[in-house]
This record gives sequence, structure tokens and C-alpha cells, in this order.
Amino acid sequence: MVKITFIQPDGASQTVEAEPGLTVMEAAKLNDIAGIEAECGGACACATCHVYVEPAWVEKTGKPADIEEDMLDFAFDVRTESRLSCQIKVTPELDGLTVRVPAKQF
Amino acid sequence: MALDDAAEVVETAATEIDAVVIGAGPVGLFAVFELGLVDIKTVVIDILDKPGGQCAELYPEKPIYDIPALPTVTGQELTDRLMEQIKPFGAEFVFGERVDELARAEDGRFHLKTDAGRALIAKVVVIAAGGGSFTPKRPPLDGIEVYEGSSVFYAVRRMEDMRGKDMLIVGGGDSALDWTLNLAPIAKSLTLLHRRDEFRGAPHSVEKMRSLVAEGKVRLLIGQMTKLHGENGSLEAVTVKTAGGEEHVTVNAMLPFFGLTMKLGPVAHWGLNLNENLILVDTEKFETSEKGIFAVGDINWYPGKLKLILSGFHEVALMAQAAHKIVHPDKKLMFQYTTSSSSLQKKLGVK
Ligand SMILES: Cc1cc2nc3c(=O)[nH]c(=O)nc-3n(C[C@H](O)[C@H](O)[C@H](O)COP(=O)(O)OP(=O)(O)OC[C@H]3O[C@@H](n4cnc5c(N)ncnc54)[C@H](O)[C@@H]3O)c2cc1C
Ligand code: FES
Repeated sequence: MVKITFIQPDGASQTVEAEPGLTVMEAAKLNDIAGIEAECGGACACATCHVYVEPAWVEKTGKPADIEEDMLDFAFDVRTESRLSCQIKVTPELDGLTVRVPAKQF
Repeated sequence: MALDDAAEVVETAATEIDAVVIGAGPVGLFAVFELGLVDIKTVVIDILDKPGGQCAELYPEKPIYDIPALPTVTGQELTDRLMEQIKPFGAEFVFGERVDELARAEDGRFHLKTDAGRALIAKVVVIAAGGGSFTPKRPPLDGIEVYEGSSVFYAVRRMEDMRGKDMLIVGGGDSALDWTLNLAPIAKSLTLLHRRDEFRGAPHSVEKMRSLVAEGKVRLLIGQMTKLHGENGSLEAVTVKTAGGEEHVTVNAMLPFFGLTMKLGPVAHWGLNLNENLILVDTEKFETSEKGIFAVGDINWYPGKLKLILSGFHEVALMAQAAHKIVHPDKKLMFQYTTSSSSLQKKLGVK
């Protein structure tokens, strides 16, 4: 199991365990993390699963692919560490990953 | 454009038809097929400018793997195939209009009206409205609601309204680019704001936009809106966060293009029993709390409901049987297979 921590805009944090192979969005939905809406169910078609990856983890989670960059155009307050959580696969290397939930999804 | 059309349509008589299908998603399209087999003529109305609903609007290029007998099919292919399959029934399509009103008249038939003023009268109504009508996404900026319709617009009804304005167009797709090209000549000033210096829109539009920028006719700003400023519903300025800091852009008309989302919309006001924004139906006829109004596909709810295309296909087959009793009360319906029934094959144009 891989530990992932979600930090809410108010600072509240929740650490969940996720099975490798899931996506970070799925880990969030399975654990009812507030602020991850994921309207399209992970198809990279809605941008309502937007998160900010903690700077220390940006290298390990990697850069968004082109279709993800295009979809990020539909997110609010996009930053360099922005990702769509449905496009981050949980792997053992990501054990300890911390992401921040934005104040607003679109 | 739509406004001028509206006046025209209102004066013409209402279209009378057996059935109106609200929504041209996959389930609405297959409803045309099943209704067609039982001799029910349909008009299909969708707010989008094309058929396919979510499949065509949200994931045209993504494969679907759970359509029976089609191991893989993309959202657009599924739509194209359905359009081909329902062709023999000659349904009339009305695109780019939203059904706003639905009420029963004294003779038991239903009166419908679209946002363009088009009137229809139908014996049965099939609501296949999916996740609701597609509506432009509203940027989550505080107080944006008060500017909507006066300074913030999600569509341009009349270009003339934008003449002489200090305009801000936000987005990086075709809508943002097209309106930048169209409105640059008539606006007083025009700023195109996008979060990155890369555009999803058609390459030739991007090129044209860049040359307008080079000529000084359009200002391209890379950044994101953080705050709106104005008074009494009139927008005066927008704060934009850029790589270099913050900028105050003077604006009195803004067009944000952040794609579409689905909102239940007018369906909520038709007096039907709902369960958490979904229309309650029975599982024998998929009829709503109003006799003669059916709801199929993602918009309906019943115990065990799954929002799957294949479930919607099943629902329309049963719905059509019940609709037949209302539209053709004096005709007996015989159960038939398309494989062996010559009368069904005649309707399908294969005999
Ligand atoms: C990314 C993604 C992937 C999916 N993958 C699958 C899959 O693999 N398998 C599967 O079975 N399902 C899948 N689905 C779900 C599937 O797309 C839906 O179940 C299906 O589209 C529902 O069809 P529908 O015809 O009921 O509604 P929709 O496709 O939602 O179409 C409804 C239409 O009605 C219109 N409308 C609504 N209200 C009005 C009004 N008042 N006036 C005029 N028009 C109106 C809307 O504009 C819309 O075009 C997926 C969905 C998404 C978003
Ligand atoms: S869940 Fe829709 S883009 Fe990630």
C-alpha cells in the first residue's frame, strides 16, 4: 500500500492508503476526500480533479502529457505544480506523496 | 442571431408530431429507432449543435469497451453509427435550441417551447436529457453572477453589442480564438487572456491571432484572472495574475470560454417527481410521474439504475411499447423480430 496525503485549502490533512495501479483521483474518491469532484470519472475530460503536487514530489509525479495540459486550461488557478489527479498513477515510488486540493474546482 | 430567429418562429404555427425526444445523446438517438419501429414519428431537440450528447461533446476520441458486440468504439463512432441506424425513420433534428417549457394541454397532448421560441405539440415526450443541458462553465470568481448578461457573456448573441467596448476574452480554444478574430475590428480594445502561450484552437486561427497581436490590434496576455472589479453590474476591471506579478486590466465586456458542463436546467421545473436531480421512473415503461412523459438514459432514476449507455438502450425499447399505446391507442402491437418481420424490415428500408 502507498500512502498519499491530501491537504485541504484550510490546512486540514488526510492520509490515505492506495493500492498501486489506481490513480490518485481514485484514491481520493475511495476515501471521500473533499474537493476532488472528478465529474468525468477519470477520462481526462473535465478538469475537476485538479491538485497541486507538493514541490518535493513534482519530479517523481512527472509532467502532464499534452492532453492533460489542454484539459488544465479548464481548471482554475493553475500553477506549475498543477496536475489532474486522474492522470497520476499510484506507484510504490510515490509512497508518501503529498498533494494540495485547490480552493475551487471549476 | 437567435434573438431575431425567435421572433420569426413564434409567428409560425406549432409543429405537431407524435413524439418529441429531448436530447440527442446516444439514448435519445436510439429512442428514435425504437419509436420508429412502432410507427411513432419523432422530432429530436438538443441544445448542442450536433448529435451524440456526452459521447460527442466530452469524449469523441476515447474508446468505449462495453457496448454489446462492439469490442471497441469511440464516442464519435458510436454517434455516427447510431445516426446511420436511425436514418430510415426520418426524424427531424433541431440543434442549438433548449427545451424550456413543457406542459400538458387540455386535449392531453403536450406543448413544448424552446429558448428560440419554437413551439411543438406532441402526444408523448421522451426526456433523454442525460446529465442535463450543456452550459458554459462559470469561472469561480467572487461576484461574477452580478455581471452576467450585462458585462460577462458566455456567448455573443449580437456582435454589434460589443462595438466600442474594452473587451477581455479568456481561454485558449477555438471559441476564444474565433471571437478574438471576429471582435477585434469592432471592439475599442481587445485583450486575449490565456494561462499559457500555447493554444488548443485551430492552427490557422492561432496564426491569425498572432498576426493581429503583431499589428498591435489585439493584446495577448498570459496569466489568470483572480478578481473582478465593478459596480452595479458593470464590470470595470479585472485583476490578472501573470508570471511577472499582478495586472489591472480595464474591461467593460468579458467573454470567458472554459468549456461546458452539464446542468439539470429547465427539466427541474416541469413538475415531475425527482430524486436528487434525477427523474423518477418505473422500470416497466420508464414513465415519469406524468403519464405520457417518459425519461430514459442518464437523466432517470430507479432502484438499481446504472448510468450506462447499454442500460439506456434497454430502457428505450420498453418505453416505446408504452408510448405506442398512447400514440396509436387503436392499434394492437405484435411482438416481432427485425430478423424475420417483413413489416419491420420495410420500415427499416431493407426490404
Ligand atoms: C468521459 C466519459 C466516459 C464514459 N464512458 C462510458 C463507457 O465506457 N460506457 C458507458 O456505457 N457509458 C460511458 N459514459 C457515460 C455515457 O456517456 C452516458 O451514459 C450517456 O452519454 C448517456 O446518454 P444520454 O443520451 O442519456 O445523455 P447525454 O449523452 O448526456 O445526452 C443528453 C443530451 O440532452 C441535451 N439536453 C439536456 N437538456 C436539454 C434541454 N432542456 N433541451 C435540449 N437539449 C437538452 C444535452 O445537451 C445532451 O446533448 C461515459 C461518460 C463520460 C463523461
Ligand atoms: S476526473 Fe475528469 S479530468 Fe480527471
